[in-house]
Amino acid sequence: MARIRLHDIAHSYIPNPVKPADFALQQLDLTWDDGGAYALLGPSGSGKSTLLNILSGLVRPSHGRLLFDDVDVTDTDTRSRNIAQVFQFPVIYDTMTVYENLAFPLRNRGVGASATRKRVDQVAAILDLTGDLKNRASGLTADTKQRISMGRGLVRTDVAAILFDEPLTVIDPALKWQLRRKLKQIHHELEVTLIYVTHDQTEALTFADRVVVMDRGAVLQQGTPQELFENPQHVFVGHFIGSPGMNLMPCKMDGSAAMIGTQRVALPPERIAGSRAGEMTLGIRPEFVSLFDPGDAALLHVSVEEVEPLGGHQLIHARLDETRISIKAEPEIGVAPGVRLAVWLPQAHIKLYSDGRLVV
Amino acid sequence: MKPIRHSAWFMIMPVMIVLLFTAIIPLMTVVNYSVQDILGPTRRVFVGDEWFRDTLGDPNLQRALLRQLIFSSCVLIIEIPLGLGLALVMPRRGFAASAALVLLGMPLLIPWNVVGTIWQIFGRADVGLGGYFMNTVLGIPYNYALVPNDAWFTLLLLDVWHWTPLVVLLCYAGLRAIPDAFYQAAAVDGASTWSVFRFVQLPKLRGVLTIAILLRFMDSFVIYTEPLVLTGGGPGDTTTFLSQFLTKLAIGQFDVGPAAAFSLIYFLIILLFSWLFYTALAAQDPKDTPHAGEGA
Repeated sequence: MARIRLHDIAHSYIPNPVKPADFALQQLDLTWDDGGAYALLGPSGSGKSTLLNILSGLVRPSHGRLLFDDVDVTDTDTRSRNIAQVFQFPVIYDTMTVYENLAFPLRNRGVGASATRKRVDQVAAILDLTGDLKNRASGLTADTKQRISMGRGLVRTDVAAILFDEPLTVIDPALKWQLRRKLKQIHHELEVTLIYVTHDQTEALTFADRVVVMDRGAVLQQGTPQELFENPQHVFVGHFIGSPGMNLMPCKMDGSAAMIGTQRVALPPERIAGSRAGEMTLGIRPEFVSLFDPGDAALLHVSVEEVEPLGGHQLIHARLDETRISIKAEPEIGVAPGVRLAVWLPQAHIKLYSDGRLVV
Repeated sequence: MKPIRHSAWFMIMPVMIVLLFTAIIPLMTVVNYSVQDILGPTRRVFVGDEWFRDTLGDPNLQRALLRQLIFSSCVLIIEIPLGLGLALVMPRRGFAASAALVLLGMPLLIPWNVVGTIWQIFGRADVGLGGYFMNTVLGIPYNYALVPNDAWFTLLLLDVWHWTPLVVLLCYAGLRAIPDAFYQAAAVDGASTWSVFRFVQLPKLRGVLTIAILLRFMDSFVIYTEPLVLTGGGPGDTTTFLSQFLTKLAIGQFDVGPAAAFSLIYFLIILLFSWLFYTALAAQDPKDTPHAGEGA
């Protein structure tokens, strides 16, 4: 168990990187507390797997230091680093029994036979593998194999963190939530640091206490699921998280308002003061756009293009000049395509972005 | 119960016809010869199992069979571990990998009789580089035409040179097919190089090794051209293997009956060994025995 510090880490796969595009992982500085559940969330190519491989030691970062509890492990190889990893596809040792698979990491580290048996039995019980211990590991189903892979990470008592590299990819959808719940339970019982890589926001948001959102090699925001939802620090975070993502509308600042096309979104003076001249982006989540005046809100007129009834709510797709806007509304409100609609944007939920980053 | 569609038989007819002419009829001809004594174009006597008893009791043939078994065993014992070892140390990517593959592939492209001739000349003490080096530079008396041990040594070296690359290529392909995650997981689990070999690489190579062992066994068991070119089966009959013995019997002496009987025995021996190897290796395949719980 350890606190993990990524101190000014950056990585490039080419020898002499100069421009940002040369880096697979832009410089970042993060600290992860002992016992936390973290998720690295981002589309493919966002650098999350590179970051994971840096943690496990499969990749040595070209810049910066990696510290476990203030001990520099940057140059320590995977074998001697206290890290466990679960891969996308279940990795098991075909010729061994389930018991031998689980005992393998301990035997390699010279743990005594009785201690090994005790620990393996304990972990097998958590993972519901007790009944399979004497079976050959190779004939089992994908989800059982993936539980064995997890088990090999969990048996070690000395690990600083267990890394999961999209571990539910090959698992049957019906079993996915079971395994995910199992992971949560493990996290509670063993209080081990878990770092989970995924491109699936539902997986990340349900699993992790804190989510690190990445895109094109850069860490855009780290925060609780709530923070990512309510206060995205970057347009990418706003757009990537949420279903559908945040409405992002290009606007120009003009006196006491933001101009979206020809319409004025009046803003309080302190927000105008913090904003910048020129092109900006106004962001608001579809959940916060209101069809009734909630008080302290800016008014917009939009024309409805399409309505998706989704049971619990309906999703209204509307157009404002050249800009599209999505609105989540109560299912009983009657709205039809072609209708002009007045919508309110509550001041508290309006975000202004410049160059993609949150300004006010 | 599933309905049986007899029209399927019709579908496999073309293959059956081809097999009839290429395998079944020739084999039956051999069976026919093996139970008769053919004295002339019109005179033949049914002799039952006499040729079979004769052949099996022939001390020359017994010695050839023993020699053949020793030779094939040596070939497997040397070539399989050597090929596997070379595949493990071969470069994985880049120019070196391509160069190694081309170099290894070269012996495989050379016809059997040419291989025999190459080594026949290479081993000669007067004009051969190898023979000269052994006798004159190292001072070790070496003459494959006179000394049985030298003949065996040369023949084994020749076969190792010619066919180990096949084992290497098979193992190399098998190794390349192992996903990186297995190596990474093994590193995370703290496995030693030996453990990685024993628990990751070797189990994943079971399939290709089965093929390699079967191919090398069958090929070496019917070896003919190389000893014929190199030593002609000598000195004496010390490198006369089964194929050459059979050829002498059938074509040299025209003893068609005993030769046919022996061909059948020969065929059955190869079939038996191939079956034994295959079953032994397949029986350990974990995929076939998903719940081998008793082995825990």
